[in-house]
This record gives sequence, structure tokens and C-alpha cells, in this order.
Amino acid sequence: MCLAIPGKIVELQGDRAIVDFGGVKQEVDVSLLEDVKEGDWVIVHTGFAIQKLSEEEAKASLEVWEEVLKHVEEELKHGEAEDG
Amino acid sequence: MERRRMVERIVRRIHREAEKLDREVSIMHVCGSHERTVVEHGLRSLLPENVRLVCGPGCPVCVTTAGELAAAIEAAEDGMVVCAFGDVYRVPTPRGSLSSCDGDVRVVQSARQAEQIAESEDRDVLYLAVGFETTAPTTAAVLLDDPPSNLYVLSAHRLIPPVMEWLLEQGECEIDAFICPGHVSTIIGERPYEPIAERAPCVIAGFEPEDVLIAVLACLRMVRRGETGLVNEYTRAVRPEGNRVALRAMERAFEPEDRPWRGFPTIPESGLALREELSEHDASEAGIEPDFSIGAHERCICDRILRGLATPEDCPLFGRECTPTNPVGPCMVSEEGPCFIKYRFGGGA
Ligand code: SF4
Repeated sequence: MCLAIPGKIVELQGDRAIVDFGGVKQEVDVSLLEDVKEGDWVIVHTGFAIQKLSEEEAKASLEVWEEVLKHVEEELKHGEAEDG
Repeated sequence: MERRRMVERIVRRIHREAEKLDREVSIMHVCGSHERTVVEHGLRSLLPENVRLVCGPGCPVCVTTAGELAAAIEAAEDGMVVCAFGDVYRVPTPRGSLSSCDGDVRVVQSARQAEQIAESEDRDVLYLAVGFETTAPTTAAVLLDDPPSNLYVLSAHRLIPPVMEWLLEQGECEIDAFICPGHVSTIIGERPYEPIAERAPCVIAGFEPEDVLIAVLACLRMVRRGETGLVNEYTRAVRPEGNRVALRAMERAFEPEDRPWRGFPTIPESGLALREELSEHDASEAGIEPDFSIGAHERCICDRILRGLATPEDCPLFGRECTPTNPVGPCMVSEEGPCFIKYRFGGGA
């Protein structure tokens, strides 16, 4: 039921969108999101888009992981010297 | 290559963190997709010996009770068209399964498809709505969009934070920290975890192996320091406020009610019932009421697996009498079920 990979909106008509998941296209309902447009990256669950992502975030490149790790370590830091 | 180095870096930090702890630590996730990442990438084998990554009740099909499934089976046998997700379709119950019953059962991929089937049918149509906060808004969207009068919804939707609270309170499975489900969190955001995060570290995580490992690292760090709190590792998709449109739809269509889960007793305010205003579409209007006293196969240990007390390998039927082609329990049917995931992605029986 869960599609963990984000897809890109390639066509949009009202609340119906065609989303491209790396070549596999699926019709998706976008009524649970505000301000969607063609070219947006979305997470899709049981036929509905449930969240938007930036293209960089969708691709989860090494830079993204560096950022995530930094963010999490920042959140955990308060008071302790970084030890890794 | 670069990704492997990143994974190695996180794993090194996890080991360093675990060395400073002189006890075993259990981290529970409550998401079928997390279990899939963990098993497919062999993440448990990368963790230190004193760190246990436990699979909890994160498979929505698995926690749906035999009573709810049997009610849908009965509806199909009584002449209703029943729409259900593919994962639900093959789950066996003491009253048979939707796939083998004598009735018109259609596999759908979304609530919208059930609505379209109702539009094209003269007969009454029942949509068996299974899923957590990720799926409930999709059912809500259809219910609030003036659906055809012959569409009835049997809401088996359940909420994740109440079951996490139950697990903590109950203490039967000693949980030191939680990894919170990524997609449920895209909808509900951070706030609903706050009461839980006051008592145990909670980390919202995405579905790549790096996501899960970073979440393990964050949990361990908090456990070691005796801290609690909520960390959002999955900021790429989870905003602190969640998805407001989806939350509003869910709120307008449903109200929480006490509900039993497979493997669990009744958990307060853990199910979603249709609001009074939408009662004309409630399955009960069509005479469909789940009988929660219907049990499960007596040798299937899905109940213990879902509570984090056992793993699929502990089940004597796993890979022998119970396989994906011949499933005995829901955990072997659903793509998010721990037995199915172990069988398919964890090197078989
Ligand atoms: S292997 Fe089959 S019988 Fe055993 S717990 Fe899993 S689903 Fe149930």
C-alpha cells in the first residue's frame, strides 16, 4: 500500500495528476495537497499524493544524507561535544 | 559507493554509542515499510549485539481483526460488491477469505476506485477501509466528496500514537525508544507524538537504509544520556504541522473510538469511526457490524509478533505450512507483514 519512492507530476488536470515513478506512470489524486503544479515531486500512498518534496530531497543524494546527519546531530547536541 | 561509505560512517557511530551502554537496548519501529528496509538491506546484521531493532504493529492489514474481515466476507456473500486492497483480499480467517468467498469482491488500489465502482453499479458497494493515518485521509476525501448513496464504508482505520502509548504503558515488550513511521508522520506531523516522546525517545524516520540507521543512532544517543524527546530525521517529507489538508479531511469525516486490534485488546481511541453526518455511508447502515470475538488460527503467532514479543522465525509454521502462496496468518499475506517480508527478502525460511 505504501510507495516509499517519490514520483514527479508530469501532467495535471484539476485534482487528477499523472505521476512518473522512474518510468512507471500512475494516475494520482492530488486533492489532499495545496498548490500542486506540474514538475512537483510527491509521495504517493494508495493513489493519493500525501506530501510534496523538493527535487533534491526526492533524489536523496549524498549531500542530502550529509544534511540529515548534520541536522540530527545538531538536534542531539545540546551540551555535549561531537564525538563521531 | 558513496552511499556505502555513508552507511559505514553511521554504523561506526552506532557501534561507538552502543559500546558506552552496558545493557541491551530495544528500539521498536511501527511501520511495515521500515521492516522492509531493515530486512532487505540486512540492517540488523550491521547493529551491535546489544541493540535490538524490534518490529511492532506497523502493518495495517495485519492488525485488522478477523471480525472486520469476516464482516466484509459476509457482506459479499449476501450480495454486496465488496472493494478491498489486494493485501486484504487474501487474508485467511476462520470464516474463509475475501478471495475464496462466494461473492463479488473487487481488488482496488485506492478509495477513489471503490467510489467509481459504486457509481457504475446498481447494487450496494462496501469499501473495506484499512490503513493508518496515511490512508484514512484518502477515505475521508471520498466520503466528503458527495459519494454515491450506494457506497458504504467499513472503517478499519486505526491510529498509530494510541498503540505506541499502549505498548509503553503495558511494558510487556521492554521498549527503550521508538522509530516513528515516516508516512504516517507526513500526515500527522510531530505533535501527536509529544506525550510519548516525554516518556521515551522517538525519532521520525524515512525509508532509505540511511534514514533507519540515522534514527537508530539518534535513539541510542538519547537512551545513553537518559534523555527523552522527539527528533525528526525525515524533514524532507515531514513538516512539524503535518499535512493540514489531510488532517482536516480526517477530522471532518471521522471521530476516534475505542477499538480492538489483532493481537491487542481494545485500545482507547485507536480506531476511526464515521461521523454522525456521514452515517448514511456507514457499513452499519447496511447491517454490517464486525464481530470482534472471532479469533485467529490457533497456531499462528502473528499476535505476539505484532506486539514485538516474537519474530517470524519463532513460528513453527513459518516457511513450512505457512508461505506467501499458502498463508496461514495476515503477517504472511501483506507486503508490509513481518512474515512475508522475512520470507521474501530475508533469505527464505
Ligand atoms: S509464519 Fe504464518 S502462521 Fe506463523 S506467525 Fe507468520 S503468518 Fe502466522
